[in-house]
Formats: sequence, C-alpha cells, structure tokens
Amino acid sequence: MAAAPAAGGAARGRGATSFQRKAAAGSRLAAVAGTRPSVRHGQLLLSSGLPSLDCVLGGGVAVGTLLLIEEDKYGLYSNLLFKYFLAEGVVCGHDLFVASAKEHPDNILKELPAPLLDDTYRNERGEEATAVKSEDFQDSMKIAWRYQNLPKVEASPTTSTKFGHYYDVSKTMSPELFQSIKWHSFYLPEELSLQPKMKTHNMNSAYSRLLQSIQRIIYQEGFDGSDPQKKLKNILRIGIQSLGSMLWGDDICSSDTPEYIHSLTKFLYVLRGLLRKSLSACIITVPAHLIQNKAIMERVTNLSDMVVGLESFIGSERETNPLYKDYHGLVHVQQIPRLNSLICDVSDTKDLAFRLKRKLFTIERLHLPPDLSDTVSRTSKQDLAESAKLLSSGCGAMAIGKKHLDF
Amino acid sequence: MFTELNELLDASPQRPETGKFTLLRDTRTDGSFLVHHFLSFYLRAGCKVCFVALLQSFSHYNIVAQKLGVSLTAAKERGQLVFLEGLKSCLDLLFGEEEKQSGQPSPLQFISESTSNLKALFDFVRTSLTPAGSDSWKGPVLLVDDLSVLLSLGATPVAVLDFIHYCRVTVCYQLKGNIVVLVHSNEDSEDEENELIVNSLCHHSDLILWVEGLATGFCKDVHGQIKIIRRASLELTAEQDLVQIYQYKIQDKNVTFFARGLSAAVL
Repeated sequence: MAAAPAAGGAARGRGATSFQRKAAAGSRLAAVAGTRPSVRHGQLLLSSGLPSLDCVLGGGVAVGTLLLIEEDKYGLYSNLLFKYFLAEGVVCGHDLFVASAKEHPDNILKELPAPLLDDTYRNERGEEATAVKSEDFQDSMKIAWRYQNLPKVEASPTTSTKFGHYYDVSKTMSPELFQSIKWHSFYLPEELSLQPKMKTHNMNSAYSRLLQSIQRIIYQEGFDGSDPQKKLKNILRIGIQSLGSMLWGDDICSSDTPEYIHSLTKFLYVLRGLLRKSLSACIITVPAHLIQNKAIMERVTNLSDMVVGLESFIGSERETNPLYKDYHGLVHVQQIPRLNSLICDVSDTKDLAFRLKRKLFTIERLHLPPDLSDTVSRTSKQDLAESAKLLSSGCGAMAIGKKHLDF
Repeated sequence: MFTELNELLDASPQRPETGKFTLLRDTRTDGSFLVHHFLSFYLRAGCKVCFVALLQSFSHYNIVAQKLGVSLTAAKERGQLVFLEGLKSCLDLLFGEEEKQSGQPSPLQFISESTSNLKALFDFVRTSLTPAGSDSWKGPVLLVDDLSVLLSLGATPVAVLDFIHYCRVTVCYQLKGNIVVLVHSNEDSEDEENELIVNSLCHHSDLILWVEGLATGFCKDVHGQIKIIRRASLELTAEQDLVQIYQYKIQDKNVTFFARGLSAAVL
C-alpha cells in the first residue's frame, strides 16, 4: 500500500492530468521562484499580489487552480486585482499570458503597479503611523491608561512579507523589470482577423481560439512537463479579462435566454483540465452582475476553484452611509477549494471589506463603528439592522444556512 | 471510509448490499467527503468500482484515499478500479491528434458533437462493469462525482436522466450492483434543469444523503448537518420514509458524526 504519489512531471508526457505532490523533494521546491509549499495539501502556492487576499484564500493561489473574480459594478477594483496578479508574476519572474477583448494586453502590461521594495514600504507604513500618532497624542487615554503603550490591533490579516509583495497603485512599473519576463498575449480583435476558421467544438469561436492558444503555449513552452530536457521550471500566470462579456461574442450578459448557454461553462471546464495538468494558475474576471441568468453563475462557481466577489459602494446608498465610511466596498468569498484533502483552510473572518488608500489596496475585516449617538434615531437603527443582516449571512466557503435567523 | 457513517447507515464492508441507488445531495456546501467515503468503502468491500470523476484529477482522490487507508493506484493495477478522469478525457478529445481518435470513441464525445445523448458514456460504464469472466469481485459499483457537471458541458436534462436510467437497469438490476451519484442542489436555485434532475433522482433513489449547512451560519466545530433518508416508501409495504438528521465535523482523516447539538465542543 506504499503507492507514493507520482514524483515530478518530467516523465509524464502529455495527457497526464494530476496535482503533483511536491512536498517530499526539497530540491524541486527551491527551483521555482515565487512559490511556497502549502502545509495543508502539499501543493505549491503562488501569491495573488495582495497579501491580505492570500490570507483570505488560505495562503495563496495553488498551482493548477483558477481564481475567479466577480467584477464590481464598474470594473474598477476587479481590474486592480487583475493587475496585481500580473504584477506579482513580473516581480517573481513567472511567465505571463494575458488575454483580453477590451484592451490590448500591451497596454494592460504598461499600467501594472510598481512594487514597493521593503524599505520604501516600511517608510509608507511609518508615514501613516506617524500621521495617526500625531492625531492621537492629544487624546491620550485617561481611564484605560495601562493600554496606552500596547500596539494597535491589526485590522488586516498579515502574512510574512517574504511571500507576496506590496504595490504602489499611483506609480506604474518601470520597463526594466519586464526585460527578463516572457509574456504572451491574446487580443481578440487581432486573433479574429489573423487566423481562418477553426473547429469550434460547439463552443463560442472566441473561447475555442483562446483555449487553442493557451494549450499551444503550455505545450510549446513545456509547462506541462512534456519536455524532459527543460530543467528550470517556471510558472505560467494566465489572466483573462472580463470573460463572458459581450466583447467575447457571448450573449449571456445581454439576454435572459442566451443562445449558447453552455459556452462559458464548457470553456471553464476545458481550462480547468489545462490548468490541472500544467504548472500554471489563472485569474479570470467575470462581469457577474450583468449575467441575467443566475443559473449560469451557479454553474460557473461550481467549475471554479476560488471565487471572490467584489461589491463596490460607488453609486449605492452605502457610499454615504456613515457605517461604511472607511471602506470602498465589500468582499464576498464564495468558494474556497478542498485540494487533496477533506478540509480546506478557511479564514475565520467572514465579513471582509476592501479599501483603496492613497497608494495601497487592502482587504480587511469589516468593523462596524459603535453606535455612540446620543439620540437614537430610527434611521440609524435600521441601518444597523441591515448591516447586521449582511454580516450574519456570512460566506459560503464552509456552509451557510438557509435563512437569516433573528437572535 | 468513516466508521461512524457506516454505523449510522448500518452498512459494513463485509456484506455490501446489492441493487441500491444512493443519491448524495449537497446544498450550499461541499459534499465530496461522502464520495471519498463510498469510494474507499466499496474498494474495501472488494467490489469492482467504475468511478466517473468529472471534476477533479486522479491524484486528488488518490491522496485523500490514502488518508482513508486505500490505495487507488494499486486498485487500478489489479483491475478493481476503472477510473474515468473527465478532465483528461476532455482534453484528449479536444486537443488530441487524429490518430488517437480513431480508436475507441471518447466517453465524453457529446461535448464536441451536436448530439447531446450520453450513449458513449453509458457504453463506457457498461463495458467496464460487465464481468470479464476471470474476475472475482463481489459486485459492480458505479460512482459518479458530480452529475451536475454534465449539464454544464451541454447535455440536456433528459439526456442525463436517460443515462442514469440505463445505468440503473444495467448495474442495479442486471448486474446486481450499486450506484452512488453526487449532485448539487439548492432550494432557491435558479438552475431549473439541475433541480429537475435532482427531483427526479430523489424519487428513484433507495437512500438519500443530504448534506446542508447549518441554518445558523458558519461554525468552526460543526461543519454542517446530514439528513439520511431511507426510502421505505418504495417498498411494497408503503411505509413512510425514515428521516434521520445528524451533524458532522470534518477532520483531516475522518469525519465525526453526532446527534444534533451534541458536538464535542459543546459537551
């Protein structure tokens, strides 16, 4: 009964789909930059570019999995997460594959945020801390004075800064960092004009072209271990922007009864197969709020590994709600995968919100401010009840209940 | 396999039952731990298992099965386990070279063709479970991980129900084996096709294991509740279905089941 899990992908050849357990051989682990092994399931983990998101996802994005981002209403913050993922790939030296139907991938890559190196990041945090300290100095604690010198509670989940980097949104990445990076692009309007018609397998032609392109890159560059000569292993980070939108030729966002209702789900299934058999990870942003038929989103969620939804407050009544004044939106973690094990690493905080500070984007635990108003007005009580309902609905990572129960 | 679940179901690997259709149903949570349980249970019982694994890779199941004490690679080598890895088969179908396709038709060929019947998949199941003569396995078992994926791949609900019906006739009645199928369902789901399939399967199954989250939300010590429904109403004596509800907690190598409200954290 000593069937050890297969070691390495070198001798496997095309067609072997598997997670490869990399826990045992230390030399193979050290070879791939920008990754660390997971304690839970022995897979290699990549950073998503946002250390607080890594914490929420249980350590990072596992190699061979798919991270699906449900876009917020105007696509601003999901675009930011998309760029963070790619920027992390550049800093770690991974290969990139960027696919978009909206913007040319060259333009996307020109606008990646600049990484904050360790000392500049500490200066940033130091600046903010001193700014806050100078405000606080006036109101030093009079009653709880013993707590004066204790460190403040960290609102955002922290990880060690060796894995994952911080990025400055206000600056773009300098072109020198790109020089050693190999990247491939797929821009739909160009691809449609380049190649003649090809077999579509009952799928949207844009999706099948994209799949062919991804499969070709994985095979040619040897990410699936089919080339035993290649000693140096690297990770391929795939980013697909706004999948499912009308620009990809799909009509699920524009009609209740779309014609090719299975195109997106078939695409995700084949993509899952490609990811599982290669050293790659993929981020996809989907305009979920535009998809009329909710059944499709349920199927899409079942076919993805990690699903994170962003809900921004722009244009909603929550923007002016004093309860949410520190935050720009909410984060809903819809699904976390169980890989190679019965359990998954789900974080304890279910109520997450994000905010875009001057330079940094962070995901934090949602804290409601205490209700300190002297006059208890009806409207503020209702707001609190609404937000309490929101908090108790929780996330679907482990299990959520049927209905909201009032305690 | 989880010993506590065996006690609750009154099942034992020494005397596996025959001709049973078990439906695993999960609502808003992940019920795949039951698939791992039944896989290791039937392999321990010495049955020939055909596992149609549509959603995860082989090594995922292998690693979990090793934690439960069964080796899938060894079972495959001695012919006890026939494993259809859906992801690999789909890639071979779409990106395989032409020479490979001239052999046996792929079980998942409905993906690339316009006919949406699952006949090729049924033929695969039938050929793998029909006893070859030299086999000494106890009884055939068909295990399907996630029937709802077939809908995502383009099969119509009627085609899926036909496939299950043909499998039941062949595996449960002709070959005196068992079938275990996992589906996802949601009471206020908008996926009508999926709900159609789940309702139909509920009416035809002998045993339903329904895994749900707690109504009160997320809890670290109790991961959900499981409803065991024994369909006594299908028997000729026309009794009512027996429903038992337990709660469970998933650990690294085991799942503990306990009566409602009596989790270890509370006692």
